[in-house]
Amino acid sequence: MAVINLLAQWLLPVILAGIPLYGYLKGVKVYETFIEGAEEGLAIALRIFPFVLAIFMAVGMFRTSGLFDLLARAISPFTTLFHIPADVIPVVLLRPLSGSATLGLVGEVMKTHGADAFVSRLAAVVQGSSDTTFFVLTLYFGSVGVRDPRYALPVGLIGDAVGFIAAILVCGWIFG
Amino acid sequence: MLNVIWLFLIVSAVIYGGARGQVNEVTAAAMASGRSAVDLVLGLTGVLCLWMGLMKIAEKSGLVHLIARALAPLTARLFPEIPRDHPVLGAIVLNVSANLLGLGNAATPFGLKAMAGLSELAEDKAVASKSMITFMALVTQSVTLVPASLIALRLASGAANPMDIVGPSVFASLCGTAATLMANSAMARRHARRRK
Repeated sequence: MAVINLLAQWLLPVILAGIPLYGYLKGVKVYETFIEGAEEGLAIALRIFPFVLAIFMAVGMFRTSGLFDLLARAISPFTTLFHIPADVIPVVLLRPLSGSATLGLVGEVMKTHGADAFVSRLAAVVQGSSDTTFFVLTLYFGSVGVRDPRYALPVGLIGDAVGFIAAILVCGWIFG
Repeated sequence: MLNVIWLFLIVSAVIYGGARGQVNEVTAAAMASGRSAVDLVLGLTGVLCLWMGLMKIAEKSGLVHLIARALAPLTARLFPEIPRDHPVLGAIVLNVSANLLGLGNAATPFGLKAMAGLSELAEDKAVASKSMITFMALVTQSVTLVPASLIALRLASGAANPMDIVGPSVFASLCGTAATLMANSAMARRHARRRK
């Protein structure tokens, strides 16, 4: 643990100093180049903002309307059939859309059931093993102006579904 | 597809929220999302610029090129259509490693940089290219060895061993990655056929 902590602590500073040092040794004008790159970052931030806004708006409205809970309740009969705890369903449904909201949900599950309950651990594993597929796709494609994502969404969602099934199986095996 | 999903989320929220007498809350949520989007993007901008600046130095000094070439045997299999020593492969490798280490803040700039490179290689800029979709499969199903925020949350909630979810989550994650890459190559083949 101590070694990992030390490594984690030193990794970033070494990169922060190492890249400019390497550049300088290779004859790069490090200061001007840094500024040039940072400017590009600003342009990207401007370009991705509308996409982030569009997702936040739709997800925020959908959650507040109560439809999200309705959806989670509607599929709960199927999930209890497979011994999937009901409280983990909202986590799974929200995961592709919003990372911070999912983390909040996982926190709620832990508060209700205790951090070491099976549901809580399963919720944590679901959160840890998947990403905000929908959000990432809009963000990345938006940043380069791609309007037609073709088969990217189904590919990502298939991965999420398989990851979720694997999470249930491995949690049942280890924590069950 | 995105059009339909987005429209559905908004229209159904207004109708269902309205039917439940929650229409004011739904409106408020829409307005609040503007604030959250500004918070997120502004919060991200500084770090984004910082990493893009460093990335530029790494690129000009040939460091990215070096990394790309070192991992070429691996990336060449995933991205056969990209020239073997193209710098975009370096950005892709850096994105994947940053995700692996749980450095989300660093991963996004590398990823966006990689997307810009893939866009330059694409024939039709408005349509996702095959390599873009493969890259998105890697990003959305990335394996995280140190899910820092999750461990912190478990620690704060009083877990006996906050790290005990890491093993299962890496395993589940690897299953997701494998499935997504298989689905990706299967769908890429199907789409290639349809085009001919």
